[in-house]
Amino acid sequence: MDDLLTALQNGDGERTQSFVREHIGWMLAVSNRIMRDPHHGEDAVQNAFAKIFDKIGQFKGDAAIKTWMHRIVVNECLMLMRKLRRTQTVMVDDLQPMYDKNGCRIEEPWVTMETPESLALQSDTRAQVNKKIMQLPDNYRIVLVLRDIEELTTLEVAEMLQVSEANVKVRLHRARAALKKLLEPLMRGLPE
Amino acid sequence: MSAQRPRLLRRIQGLMFKLPLMISCEDFEDFILDYLDGTLPSRQKFIFEMHMKLCRECREYLEAYRTSLELAKSTAQEEAPKQPVPEDLIAAVLAARKG
Ligand SMILES: [Zn+2]
Repeated sequence: MDDLLTALQNGDGERTQSFVREHIGWMLAVSNRIMRDPHHGEDAVQNAFAKIFDKIGQFKGDAAIKTWMHRIVVNECLMLMRKLRRTQTVMVDDLQPMYDKNGCRIEEPWVTMETPESLALQSDTRAQVNKKIMQLPDNYRIVLVLRDIEELTTLEVAEMLQVSEANVKVRLHRARAALKKLLEPLMRGLPE
Repeated sequence: MSAQRPRLLRRIQGLMFKLPLMISCEDFEDFILDYLDGTLPSRQKFIFEMHMKLCRECREYLEAYRTSLELAKSTAQEEAPKQPVPEDLIAAVLAARKG
């Protein structure tokens, strides 16, 4: 490990290239999930590598290098989103659960509910789920991607987005509720 | 597909959920995140689970919410992007490193 860090710091061309090739795939997957379009996804990855090479001397080895790099990619994505002004608030009210005037839930009865296991057997499930996640407005989608998919903690997400933990929790819940609504046809086994 | 909960039943439940230790479906909704995170205080957890026993709508809603969440999480298992990493991106990263 120390050996790799030294090689990277010294600008060892061969080691740098294999390091980039080893990590760029998953980094691009993360940034595409956050940025939603491959062009900006690539920009964020490029910025992230610049930051990584710049800061590699400060990496203390107290966490796994992949975890450290993951935080950097996510941060670079968020910075790029801010620069692109893609952080406006868009509502997902029409995808939220409904209640009557007594606060009783109005929910279409679930005659059948597919399980994640049965859906996993269908080849295009992941693509369909991805498509629905991409339909969420950025301000909700990002919180869901960071907490549920990238598995950051509520506190980490709050710090990265510079909002309160309570704000993250409210948005996360609304994002999940909206996604549940969007995935209903799939979970009810109804073709679109 | 069968119909939604009949209006009369909803009215009865609406009244019942106003009793002590009862919450409305709307309040139930606000507890979901903490319940799934395991951070709901024991009294609220008891009230939450009691509502779930009595309310089929919320029981099914929560199950669908969980399934949807599982599906979202499963998209992370995509280790590599579908398309191979563009070589020009790798070249750009390396060129920037050389300065
Ligand atoms: Zn209920």
